[in-house]
Amino acid sequence: MKPASFVYHRPADVTTAARMLAELGEDAKVLAGGQSLIPLMNFRLAAPEHLVDINHLGLDTITMDDGEMVVGATVRHARLLRDPDVAAVHPLVAEATGWIAHAVIRNRGTVCGSLAHGDPAAELPAVLALLDGSLEVVAWRAGRLATRRVAAADLFVGPLETSLDRDELAVAARFPLLGARTGWALDELARRKGDYALAGVALTVTVDPGGEPVAGRAAYLSCAPVPVVMDLSPAVAGGADLYDLVAGALDPTDDIHATGAYRRHLAATLTVRAVPTALARARETAEVPA
Amino acid sequence: MTAEPVHEVVLTVNGVARAVRVPARRLLSDVLRHDLRLTGTHVGCEHGVCGACTVVVDGEPVRSCLTFAVMVDGAEVTTVEGLAGPDGDLSPVQQAFRECHGLQCGFCTPGFLLLTRDLLARDPDPSDDEIAEALGGNLCRCTGYVNIVRSVRRAAELAGEGP
Repeated sequence: MKPASFVYHRPADVTTAARMLAELGEDAKVLAGGQSLIPLMNFRLAAPEHLVDINHLGLDTITMDDGEMVVGATVRHARLLRDPDVAAVHPLVAEATGWIAHAVIRNRGTVCGSLAHGDPAAELPAVLALLDGSLEVVAWRAGRLATRRVAAADLFVGPLETSLDRDELAVAARFPLLGARTGWALDELARRKGDYALAGVALTVTVDPGGEPVAGRAAYLSCAPVPVVMDLSPAVAGGADLYDLVAGALDPTDDIHATGAYRRHLAATLTVRAVPTALARARETAEVPA
Repeated sequence: MTAEPVHEVVLTVNGVARAVRVPARRLLSDVLRHDLRLTGTHVGCEHGVCGACTVVVDGEPVRSCLTFAVMVDGAEVTTVEGLAGPDGDLSPVQQAFRECHGLQCGFCTPGFLLLTRDLLARDPDPSDDEIAEALGGNLCRCTGYVNIVRSVRRAAELAGEGP
């Protein structure tokens, strides 16, 4: 199908974009990569009266700030995958990006767009939640540009729903770097590569200087209306059974793609498989013989 | 009802400067097919799943059905019509698909040709896994993909041999 008619706006700086969103109100949507929004518009599931194209605001930068990798609003997924600096600085985020959709979608889709879209089956919301990252947002309020940071824990409210106000523009995503002696692993299962996962996990394991695991943390996708963050420490560093810990804490619902019980089993199984990878990587960074 | 506003969009399509006046909602796929009459780009699902509409915009393959033309004003676009030589000589990728029966009905073919060209430009000798990763986002309902993968390998050979 074809999208409904809309008025196209192409601001040249962040302040102008924020003012436009404030003035246009409920009827405006932000257009970045468009890889989620345009399908919705083609189906006429979304028919915004105004689109504010943010591709010309100079937000296509990746910087380091205060121990966090800061990814600007129009950085495409493909860049996180290809940029050797990203792979060196934040291999977890780089690897997660490889699971997103297909290569051609990643050429246009943006990191911040995925986070602002808030799909519980998407990889980056789970990764941001795992890392306790945040989204930098701006809005035109009371005659000036107001800035705030929204922590991942406060950002995701429900499926395709975030706590961002309609006049707010995400300008950057902040991914904290992994701490010392911390390894990571990711895994997910989809019926076809590139489809939304039936379940997936991103996790970290931290070891002490002697190489013994002391903490573990995971975030799950496709298991609840929002990413589910879980402390794996009782199993990774204590005596609890890892599978039982995860399966006991998740309560996914049935849908046409899989039963809740299957997703729960899948999430726990992926965790059991992924933890050794994260542990080995943690020990590598701790320079402890495995 | 007031008339829908139109935007002047200038594109370099297969090396030729083209200007169109279109509403903002006009998809790049429709600009190519309807406004510029370049019907080699095919529209299958029109929501980003099938990949038949894949074209190259400023050096990157994109879904033209998930791109508003107004967003890419000023861009260089390569479509399937831009692959063959000026005399109609098939490009190595086209030649390979022909030799290896990498198509049957041909509907998905423009997308696969442009993906293959992009893949080989970045990696002249891709592994089977790399081929699957690069092409996995496009659907073919005829071939079962076996001959498409074979075509990509053959295209890599032909490109290596030079013109």
